[in-house]
Amino acid sequence: MSEVPKPEELIKVDYRPPEKPWMSTRPEFRAGSFCNAASTKWLETLDYPYARSWSVTDEDWKLPENWKDIALEGMHDRLNRFRSLRLFFDICVRCGACADKCHFFIGSGDPKNMPVLRAELLRSVYRRYHTVAGKLLGKFAGARDLTEDVLKEWFYYLYQCTECRRCSVFCPYGIDMAELTILGRELLSSVGINTEWVMASVGSCYRAGNHIGAPPHAYKDMIDFFCDECEEVTGIRPHPSFNRKGAEILFVAPSGDYFADPGTYTFMGYLLLFDYLGLDYTISGYAAEGGNFGYFISHEMGKRLNYKIYSEAKRLGVKWILGGECGHMWRVLNQYMDTWNGPADFLEEPVSPITDTRFENAKSTKMVHVTEFTADLIKHGKLKLDKSRNDHIVLTYHDSCNPARAMGLFEEPRYIIRNVCNNFYEMPQNTIRENTFCCGSGSGLNADEFLEVRMRGGLPRANAVRYVHEKHGVNHLGCICAIDRAVFPPLMEYWDLDVEITGIHEMVANALVFPGERKKTVDLRGRALKGVEPEETEEEE
Amino acid sequence: MSFNLAFYFSLFAVIILVLVPFAGAGAGLHVVFGIVIPYLAGFTFLAGLVYRIVKWARTPVPYRIPTTCGQNRSLPWIRRSLRDKLENPENTIHVIGRMALEVLFFRSLFRNLRTELRPWREYREGGRLIYWSTKWLWIGAIAFHYSFLVVLSRHLKFFTEPVPFFVPFVESVDSFLQIYVPAVYMSGIVLLAALIYLMVRRIADPKLHYLSLASDYFPLFLILGIGISGVLMRYFFKVDIVAVKELAMGLVTFHPTVPEGIGVIFYIHLFLVSTLLACFPFSKLVHMAGIFFSMTRNMASNNRAIRHVNPWEYPVEVFSYMDQENMYRKEMKRAGIPLERDTEE
Repeated sequence: MSEVPKPEELIKVDYRPPEKPWMSTRPEFRAGSFCNAASTKWLETLDYPYARSWSVTDEDWKLPENWKDIALEGMHDRLNRFRSLRLFFDICVRCGACADKCHFFIGSGDPKNMPVLRAELLRSVYRRYHTVAGKLLGKFAGARDLTEDVLKEWFYYLYQCTECRRCSVFCPYGIDMAELTILGRELLSSVGINTEWVMASVGSCYRAGNHIGAPPHAYKDMIDFFCDECEEVTGIRPHPSFNRKGAEILFVAPSGDYFADPGTYTFMGYLLLFDYLGLDYTISGYAAEGGNFGYFISHEMGKRLNYKIYSEAKRLGVKWILGGECGHMWRVLNQYMDTWNGPADFLEEPVSPITDTRFENAKSTKMVHVTEFTADLIKHGKLKLDKSRNDHIVLTYHDSCNPARAMGLFEEPRYIIRNVCNNFYEMPQNTIRENTFCCGSGSGLNADEFLEVRMRGGLPRANAVRYVHEKHGVNHLGCICAIDRAVFPPLMEYWDLDVEITGIHEMVANALVFPGERKKTVDLRGRALKGVEPEETEEEE
Repeated sequence: MSFNLAFYFSLFAVIILVLVPFAGAGAGLHVVFGIVIPYLAGFTFLAGLVYRIVKWARTPVPYRIPTTCGQNRSLPWIRRSLRDKLENPENTIHVIGRMALEVLFFRSLFRNLRTELRPWREYREGGRLIYWSTKWLWIGAIAFHYSFLVVLSRHLKFFTEPVPFFVPFVESVDSFLQIYVPAVYMSGIVLLAALIYLMVRRIADPKLHYLSLASDYFPLFLILGIGISGVLMRYFFKVDIVAVKELAMGLVTFHPTVPEGIGVIFYIHLFLVSTLLACFPFSKLVHMAGIFFSMTRNMASNNRAIRHVNPWEYPVEVFSYMDQENMYRKEMKRAGIPLERDTEE
């Protein structure tokens, strides 16, 4: 792992652009600023072209001989398939409104991390090959040839974009850098440029069923372990079923929630809640992954992985699907799944079996977000909650990019939070809701070797957490994203913030009062509850 | 491209565009500069714009990808304010509202913030990010576009007979200050001031300075040239207005004539306008039409309720459930997971 500069050093960001014009500068592939090249194994698993062993720091990337034709043909093809690509190439006026909205620019000062300039890296090539002015006037029209250096530059900067879409909120024409990043990464993949972190996750998911490569029996083992844990800390043992046909609901969580702490506590939260309700649900070892790293390299790969969810729901004969807390997972489920793999006419319009609420907003896709499901339960008074059991938590809430800017899921999690927690403080308004800042590690960039850029990209979020930490003594950062739960702990540690990361359903389970339960003295993590003496025996209320 | 190259290239290009009609019309080529070039430019503008729009319109929108900036419609008791509906539209009416705000009031630009990283001793890491509301660009953009619109609508008096009712009204409001003779139009002053602001901003802001291309400076210089030549013509080197109207009416009625005695400054103005029209569809100025096609703004966020169909969606290679079971059957059985086909039975 690379040496990351100290926070006091890293925060001295130099925003002065270099002397040389941007078409004459080349990225420096320094340790910590790029993700490693993908190994052949995964590419072969997935039938991806040009599997070979190569390294980003090599001068020769061993590209196929006709790489330029492939990339240009690929661009041409996508210009005719994606109106977004053509339009976003044509209408940018370079007003610069997006420039200081990108967390990578804010944290690095690298001008090519301004979304406008990151887009120009691709747009300049579009102009050269697809516009009259670009063909005739060359660089006077902002056009340039596609060379190996340009391709390397694409790789460097398209993998310093987390597809968070904050820029698209501020763009007067709604130009969406994420769209250009996705399509640009498709072009890179088409000539054999992929990163190990993404391809290993995709390759593992493709066969084993999830990004972490845990096959069904191993996944079941993990869930059994969570049940043990639940029983140990709460005295209640949940009874989830696995690959069970005829269940009413298929529950799909992101693998981050069963892979490592603190995501695992969120998973325990789901299990306890569903057990409390006596929900007729099942978990699948085939559709075991809610997240979708495939989407980070191409629409097609995203579709190949996403296929499993509907296909498994059909095989098991469930009525509808419930999805866990995850960010990009919900970008895909909300904006792509139905188009890719629908129509889901073999499922029924989702209805909560507890409250009879019809989730009309999901009547076509038939997949409900777990915070929608739980908010509805609380609204109908179906959960007995004791907020004081979260009194040791002073919470702030991070809106994950995708549920925020691709769904508008703002109030459901907040409603739950207000019902399970007494101490809740919002971060500054320009850093939450649609203005929320990315964790800095989304879209397949949460690789260890990429740590420096991740810490830079995470600066705006960490700094906003610092604000509420100092002002209100916030000690927990809540979120509904598994990547957040994986990457915020190192981010908080790096920026020296004494703040823990929690999922929302972990807090729900903490507050949940089970009928006839034993006296609760600790939370799901085994930490002592505030104001509860371990030796007391009477029930608190 | 370096700043110098981009900036001076554009400046000189516009100077040449001034000199060409100065020499040409000065040498008496009035038919060329008064009829041929304006027609060519007008044709290029229309044909180019239609080409652009058709090209966009014919390219599919495979996925419904609105950027949502407000609360989604979900559970019936979760309140959605008017702002939420306009920023996260669920139906066509909301979308029309959102687009109207964008097109007429530059809604998204109004959101603009300025990010500042300030040394901050109280924070351990020594720095704090502050996000200031900043409306300068929005004000500049609104001032520029609306004054341009007013100037354009005033020009209708040259192209119409009878002149539409609103044109004299616009004129009288625009000149209500009654300074100078002929009365100064505020729109002209605002237009020039806004252009100068947009230009200065590009030069003075290091970020913009770094990323701006010749194609960013050129339209600014060109429209400045149009504005300045217009101002000069109205207030200083007066031209024969009756003759100008005769020429303009000739152009729009397709009975072109070139009346005698229109000053050369008019031909400079007309030539610059012609250049602007001809460049319009092939430059960034085409954002005027493009904004209407922007899929992050013009689509309703009702993805889970109404299925979006992609016309070119194709089947992909997948790893089926049976593929997985075949791969892990023994282990799955041992773990007590139900199987589709238990080969050991």
